[in-house]
Amino acid sequence: MNQQELIPHLFRTEFRKITAVLCKLFGIEHIEIAEDLASETFLTALETWTYKGIPQNPTAWLYSVAKNKARNYITRNNIFEGKIAKQIRSSPLETEEIEIDLSEQNITDSQLQMLFAICHPAIPTEAQIGLALRILCGFGIDEIANAFLTNKENINKRLFRAREKLRTEKVEIGFPSKTEINKRLEAVLTTLYLLFSEGYYSESNDTVLREDLCQEAMRLISLLIENEQTNLPNVNALYSLMCFHASRFEARKNENGEIILYQDQDETLWNKELITKGIYHLNLSSHGNKISKYHLEASIAYWHTIKADTKEKWEAILQLYNQLLQIEYSPVAALNRTFVLSKANSKKEAIIEAEKLNLTSNHFYFVLLGELYTGVDNVKAKQNFQQALVLAKTNTDKQTIQKKIDNLLHH
Amino acid sequence: MDEYALIMRHEDGGKIASPEQMQIWMKQTMDWIGGIAAQNKFSGGTGLPFENSKVVWHNNVVTNGPFGDIKETIGGFITVKADSVEEAVEFAKGCPVLQGEGNSVEVRKIAKRDGVH
Repeated sequence: MNQQELIPHLFRTEFRKITAVLCKLFGIEHIEIAEDLASETFLTALETWTYKGIPQNPTAWLYSVAKNKARNYITRNNIFEGKIAKQIRSSPLETEEIEIDLSEQNITDSQLQMLFAICHPAIPTEAQIGLALRILCGFGIDEIANAFLTNKENINKRLFRAREKLRTEKVEIGFPSKTEINKRLEAVLTTLYLLFSEGYYSESNDTVLREDLCQEAMRLISLLIENEQTNLPNVNALYSLMCFHASRFEARKNENGEIILYQDQDETLWNKELITKGIYHLNLSSHGNKISKYHLEASIAYWHTIKADTKEKWEAILQLYNQLLQIEYSPVAALNRTFVLSKANSKKEAIIEAEKLNLTSNHFYFVLLGELYTGVDNVKAKQNFQQALVLAKTNTDKQTIQKKIDNLLHH
Repeated sequence: MDEYALIMRHEDGGKIASPEQMQIWMKQTMDWIGGIAAQNKFSGGTGLPFENSKVVWHNNVVTNGPFGDIKETIGGFITVKADSVEEAVEFAKGCPVLQGEGNSVEVRKIAKRDGVH
């Protein structure tokens, strides 16, 4: 790897590690200092490596530079002298000998603890995701803005407010107590779920970024699974869900980057390894006595890894949606459930149920009605697809709907 | 939005259904509830099996029944959100229990805890 590729690559993998470890050392109120020192480390690498060449062990080089920068900062900075160094000094170490522990174990622990800190209930979920992307995934502000389809200023503001909140709430970086874990884990899982969804359903056209978001969500959740205390049934269920979805990445888009719908996908492109992994974690998730929405969604996703169009499959999926909607309503689940009803029972029954949903501002609602009327009443099918076309927001959606209208002529 | 309890009443709770029939009813009930939940109108609900059930009488006498099956039996209930009793009645009409002659679904408004009702 040449320098042009190496530095961004290392930035992606190492920035977050350095930030997490330093932030844990300084306390979350000094999160920006940790980020700044990590950024400076990479700046130094860029300057030095350009002239002197890439060192033999670039990662070790970065760690030692980061350690030096952190030590210098601690000893020289007056604010630090007053506030933090005092705290650190109360430990047996002298300032000059502060141990900055960049061992693998401490990196993993720090990241996990940061994850819990970031997902503090006082911080809005959107900001949690932003912070996680910045601090734990090493995303640039541009990339985060792109993922959220907004601009840099908005993201900066959002992150600034979130950091303020961490400060004012005096959030501690640490592992929650046993009794606290389940409560806090809920927020962590929501964040990771949304992070993954952001990648999976993103309207951003940057496909590389989309997959990155999903992979980062999977990396973070695997940290939870590797830790004995958080290796819990709902964590495994969510991980399993992500594995099943991610298994279809290759098959979901054509060479032009257009979305290929499930029924048109080439299943030989589905990633078998990820499917097997998903099944493994789905089995692990069944050890508890509580069914979370992740369990149900993972089970639905499992059935979708079987391409065969059987009555048994659709019946099983229908019952899972029935349960899912009782736990947590969402328009998407309601629409999907109604589509599945047409497969398990009949189109006629599904049309009656679909019209009760009355989600008239949602273009997928009209897509569903269009689908259900196709072959039953093609005039109504066309009307619904056209209504969907009016409401659709992205070009990809518009193209997909237009194709359905064109296909109607052949029916 | 008000809440209503839809109480499923069986004319004869003592009838024993075959496992196959039970399975069909089960599926129909799940689809019925799923349809209400898909409209974001489902609040909660529970079946009321006779297994591990008792009746507590005056003077704390406890018996294994009868469970109000002198005339009819309550099989379970669900609670739904509805704008009017008419809407709640529409939900009730879909209840599979009504396939049995003599069965009925009682629609009852749930009191709000607002000190007025």
